[in-house]
Amino acid sequence: MSEFAIDVRGLVKRFGEKVAVDGVDIQMPRGQVWGFLGPNGSGKTTTIRMICGLLNPTQGEGTCLGHDIVHEADQIKLATGYMTQKFSFWSDLTIRENLEFVARLYQTPSMREHVDVTLETLGLTKRQHQLAAALSGGWKQRLALAAVTMRAPKLLLLDEPTAGVDPQARRDFWDEIHRLSTDGMTVLVSTHYMDEAERCDQIVYLANGKVVTQGHVNDIIDASELITYRAEGNGIRQLASGLRGQPGVDHVAYFGAALHVSGTNRALLEQVTANREQTSIEWQEVRPTLEDTFIALMAHASDDRRPHA
Amino acid sequence: MISPRGIFARTGAIFTKELIQMRRDRLTFGMMFAIPVMQLILFGYAINTDPKSLPTAVHAEEQTAIVRTLLQALETSEYYDLVLETADPEESARLLASGKVAFVVSFPAGFTKRLIRGDRPQILIEADASDPAASSNAIARAETIFTQALRHELTGALAHLAPQPPPFDLVVHPRYNPEGVTQYNIVPGLLGVILTMTLVMITAMAMTREVERGTMENLLAMPARPSEVMLGKILPYVVVGAVQTVVVLITARYLFNVPFAGAMWILLLGVAVFVLANLALGFTFSTIAASQLQAMQLTFFFFLPSILLSGFMFPFRGMPNWAQMIGEVLPLTHFLRIVRGVMLKGAGIEDLQGALIAMTLFTLAATAVAMMRYRRTLD
Ligand SMILES: Nc1ncnc2c1ncn2[C@@H]1O[C@H](COP(=O)(O)OP(=O)(O)OP(=O)(O)O)[C@@H](O)[C@H]1O
Ligand SMILES: [Mg+2]
Repeated sequence: MSEFAIDVRGLVKRFGEKVAVDGVDIQMPRGQVWGFLGPNGSGKTTTIRMICGLLNPTQGEGTCLGHDIVHEADQIKLATGYMTQKFSFWSDLTIRENLEFVARLYQTPSMREHVDVTLETLGLTKRQHQLAAALSGGWKQRLALAAVTMRAPKLLLLDEPTAGVDPQARRDFWDEIHRLSTDGMTVLVSTHYMDEAERCDQIVYLANGKVVTQGHVNDIIDASELITYRAEGNGIRQLASGLRGQPGVDHVAYFGAALHVSGTNRALLEQVTANREQTSIEWQEVRPTLEDTFIALMAHASDDRRPHA
Repeated sequence: MISPRGIFARTGAIFTKELIQMRRDRLTFGMMFAIPVMQLILFGYAINTDPKSLPTAVHAEEQTAIVRTLLQALETSEYYDLVLETADPEESARLLASGKVAFVVSFPAGFTKRLIRGDRPQILIEADASDPAASSNAIARAETIFTQALRHELTGALAHLAPQPPPFDLVVHPRYNPEGVTQYNIVPGLLGVILTMTLVMITAMAMTREVERGTMENLLAMPARPSEVMLGKILPYVVVGAVQTVVVLITARYLFNVPFAGAMWILLLGVAVFVLANLALGFTFSTIAASQLQAMQLTFFFFLPSILLSGFMFPFRGMPNWAQMIGEVLPLTHFLRIVRGVMLKGAGIEDLQGALIAMTLFTLAATAVAMMRYRRTLD
């Protein structure tokens, strides 16, 4: 048995001319929680689909839970829980019927009680006989999540599971993820939320189908060699528009009432901030946030980034 | 994963889901029962409710009171609608061939004189029997109509001519019907048509519906094998096919009085194989079609030759060779042989085993194509 829950090398996926995934390596140990990040269209969903045997890679190979991702898809499907990005449960079945369908298909023992417990945990017992179509977007997400976690798979592949979910439910979700991971479950979560990324043991950051950076949050921030200044005071709006496009300024982002100005060239950046000393603005070097880092990474990768190239 | 319990559980899971979805889709569900009833009524109307006012040409070589009486009787019977008179036998033949009239009634010269002499002169009815359902009742009534008309006319001194046998010789020439199709041919055939249309169409949607509703990715991510998905999706419609069969057989018996000469078990065996053939084909279509619309189109592409080349609409043996060859591939052709054979001719299993084998082969071939075409990934 491979020591890795996911062990893929050189994964490539082409759709006609379009290269969606371009040589991705992932070695993910069992029992960890990893975040899968990257801009829209960077290839996260496509990579996850290849890992769980839903797409055949154009090139590359690998195993998932020790099973070959091309030839042993059946075993992978049995042992993993894949939550699709788009809601893909049956909207003309009720909430309960959807859960029962999954439970039956996976031969979950004492199916009814299992479904009862899941409904209770979700707080959907009262609504169990409503059609899934009647659920709000966030509730659909929660139903889908419950359906994949219900049968306690060894590996969870979650594609933006908390998109559109409210903060309380997101916190509950992450508590649940960490509880499951303590029990030995491996979890790969794609997300666009920084706070969620920070809850992960490791982050894999994808851009244009390639892994751009990977590691713990702090390692990623360090590795970016980004320098960030925080500006506070009156007139930061004018300041922001004045700074954009200046040499040395990679990006400018609002953080509440403050402004984060980042770049990789310390000398140029200090020049910019020094010029502004006389105004009422207060400057202070801060540690870049994960978001600063990702925006910088995206900016670097963006030269050839097109939404639907 | 290969344990029988597993197969049972997964097939059962899909079966249950499909049953629920089938029931929930009100429109389709309604159609499955509305269509057979509608077709039965439409087709049944044309064949079984005693068609009247059939256009008739008269070729009378003399115009006597008795001939006029007989023609009058035809007209008042409401079966015949005397639309024109003709003096030329060739013209009457043309009228029949073109379908302008359904009958030509001819009285020879000297008819009246010979009738009175007791010579039993001929009355000739040429009938367009290509649709015998339309003409047979009228033909059957003709002798009675004439005899009763004469009973009123031949009174007093001529009364001795009235009793049976009728004082004339009615000769009927049915034409254009080499196979001798009867009205009973159509209702049993309809069973096959109804099953083909509803079952192929509905199963053709089986996979495309999952694709179009975005649930395909979820289904594929689950560990159900193609054969389990196929079986689970097909089984609910076996139930539908069984219900349709019962509805049609009851209607055939009590609404259209179609006889049932053979053994029920042979018919049911034929229905079972035929239903499976159609479901397998429908499922195959659903693995080929990219959308529901395409699934519909495939269904109709299949339905059309089924109707036209199976012997349902036209006598099978009357078709050109190439058409017969296509027809031999279609399950409906073989099913029609079974259903008509059993119901009308009382055919036994040895007469029908060829048809059963042909339908079985078709089912296996369709299943093989479906299994080959079934996509296990999203590629
Ligand atoms: N079936 C397909 N056919 C053609 N192109 C595809 C297909 N699936 C994905 N792509 C393309 O591959 C690229 C990667 O898509 P993917 O869905 O993997 O991105 P993603 O990182 O999941 O994006 P998002 O954050 O928006 O979910 C995109 O450019 C997309 O248009
Ligand atoms: Mg995605």
